[in-house]
Amino acid sequence: MKDVKCECGHVNPHGTVLCEACGKILDERENKDQLLDMRYEGSARRSQTYNKTIIDKIWNFFSSVKVGVWLIIITLLASILGTVLPQKMYIDLPPEVFYEQEYGWFGKLYYQLGLHDLYGSWWYLLLIAMIGISLVICSLDRVVPLYKALKAQRVTRNDGFLKRQRLFGTNTGIEDKDLHLVKEHLKEKRYHVREENGDLLAEKGRFSRWGPYVNHVGLIIFLFGGMLRFIPGMYVNENLWVKEGETAAVPETGDRFYLQNNQFILQHYDKDQNKTFEKALERAGDVVKNYQSNVVLYKRVSDNLPGEKPELKKVKEYKVRVNHPLTFEGYSIFQASYRSELKAMSFFLLNKNTNQSVGELKIDLQDPKEKYDLGNGYAVKILNYFPDFEFAKDGEPSTKTRVPNNPAFVFQMISPEKPEGETSFVAIKQTIEPFGDNTYKMAFKGIETKNTSGFIVRKDSTLWAIILGGILFMIGVIQGAYWNHRRIWIQQKDGQIWIAAHTNKNWYGLKQEIEKVLRDTKLNIPEDQHQNEKSDKEGN
Amino acid sequence: MKKRRLVMRTIILLVLGAAVAYSLYANFTKDNKQKVAVGEMAPDFALVDMQGNKHRLSDYRGQGVFLNFWGTWCPPCKKEMPYINNQYHQYKDKGVQVLTVDIDESALAVNQFADRLKLDFPIMIDTNKDVMNVYGIDPLPATFLIDKDGKVVKYHKGELTENKIRGFMEKIKP
Repeated sequence: MKDVKCECGHVNPHGTVLCEACGKILDERENKDQLLDMRYEGSARRSQTYNKTIIDKIWNFFSSVKVGVWLIIITLLASILGTVLPQKMYIDLPPEVFYEQEYGWFGKLYYQLGLHDLYGSWWYLLLIAMIGISLVICSLDRVVPLYKALKAQRVTRNDGFLKRQRLFGTNTGIEDKDLHLVKEHLKEKRYHVREENGDLLAEKGRFSRWGPYVNHVGLIIFLFGGMLRFIPGMYVNENLWVKEGETAAVPETGDRFYLQNNQFILQHYDKDQNKTFEKALERAGDVVKNYQSNVVLYKRVSDNLPGEKPELKKVKEYKVRVNHPLTFEGYSIFQASYRSELKAMSFFLLNKNTNQSVGELKIDLQDPKEKYDLGNGYAVKILNYFPDFEFAKDGEPSTKTRVPNNPAFVFQMISPEKPEGETSFVAIKQTIEPFGDNTYKMAFKGIETKNTSGFIVRKDSTLWAIILGGILFMIGVIQGAYWNHRRIWIQQKDGQIWIAAHTNKNWYGLKQEIEKVLRDTKLNIPEDQHQNEKSDKEGN
Repeated sequence: MKKRRLVMRTIILLVLGAAVAYSLYANFTKDNKQKVAVGEMAPDFALVDMQGNKHRLSDYRGQGVFLNFWGTWCPPCKKEMPYINNQYHQYKDKGVQVLTVDIDESALAVNQFADRLKLDFPIMIDTNKDVMNVYGIDPLPATFLIDKDGKVVKYHKGELTENKIRGFMEKIKP
């Protein structure tokens, strides 16, 4: 494959349709058409000319716009599939149970096909990646030859090139002063005018041709930003639950930061204070005004091992409210949720005959004591504690979790009458006396609850790439959409003056501009050959 | 000229391919990433047992360590605990130490559990779940086998039989 030398002397790469310098038609197939196909300036798109090694074959595959469009269509269809049923992050049950239970055989199939995690599946990722590759290669394969062709263009153009532009017209007997006037008008219209041997080339808005490529660079940076999330430490999105009064390590900070939750506050709108909304509040019931956690952020200063008590230095106090996160070193801690947990239970030790209390005790459910001494020979021992009570499969009392959701106790009640103790099993609204009638019983007095604040710890070091990509994307769109690349050739051919013009879009605007440029001169306005062609056909 | 183009194309495709490969790899490993991998050094920790003795993992260099994470509320833990206790007695003089870590429960619950099952190996409570987080434990029970050089030999999730435990002990016997 050799380079092609045009009769104007310019050497073009193989595959060129129109000479980069003078515009002469080099590819004979092009000759049959009435008007020239000016896409990419008739430059040689490399991909379509070399096809030898495996690298070239891969390159050519991705260089095809057709392939790119298909990739986008397939990705769109796949994305639609993912919206048919809820994705796995939005369900509460294990996916193998949830889908079949909720949606029957269809749900089961959906799960088996892996559509429950579609947007995280390898093939979806691969599709996105292929779109990215297609974007890079398509752009490179077009922008380079286009840039070269536009840079190599000369003022004087081949006759055939001019004749077969969409806007074309000829004039005879034109005086120099008219040409001067046209030149002035062109400059008024901010055209960049080049002159050679009495021929004119007026050009403006060439930079709008780069719009799509700037846009693509933006998209690629955007995709790159998405990829950055996979790098450990770049993107953090973790839950953190901290009970009131407790301190917990902030996840993904390498245990460098600790958060202490002093208090969780839940406030409602008060209908007496907000008279205007009294009716609405009556109808709606409780409306939450504020979710807030008063926290203290600490930094670890000791070099302790996990499990050892860390030495902490206070960094700052903050009231975390919805949309007002605590921020430090790129991390943001958001108020996301809360739950209320049992903290303590209190009981009376009651003499069943007299119905009189002989003492009371409060049991910290997080850390119950073995024995509570009530004085005067009375004491209560905890023989067994089940924070989240249930009867196990074998009928034995046991606990489901470590959280005190449903506490139950086996108490031993010691009294002067029964120094060896009486046994009683006590759960919420339930008392069992396994060894017959007791003299004493544990009477429920009350509970104390404690709130746990739910936070989301978030860090996103990829935002700059997403923002930069988005900005470039928009610049590219604007650049390509609001400016046009317009060229007007005014050239001396055989004693005539030929006028031809081309724009990449908005032909109407170009025609209007030509009318203004040619005003007050004897030059004819060039005809729209495309329109003539169409009306010819319609005339037949 | 043609050669340069081939080189350029190869480089661009390689860069793009590497980016895609990395993304896919990261996506695959994201969910089942084990914080403490077999063959790596076991992260050091220090906890105080129910008798008030401090146990630091690195102090057991030279011995094998059978490290078990559990909770009183977890039925399989309850089942395997007596087996572990038996084997603890078999191997404690042969250079294998048993350390068990309860995840964030009350001392009362743990003590009563240990009394009921007559457990006498060291039991420590990880109140802040620090050690649990460092080892990335989920679900319980979980067992790590650590050799005499402090390297993780095996990570086992779920219940153990007495035979398995014996096999494990043999594996880390120095």
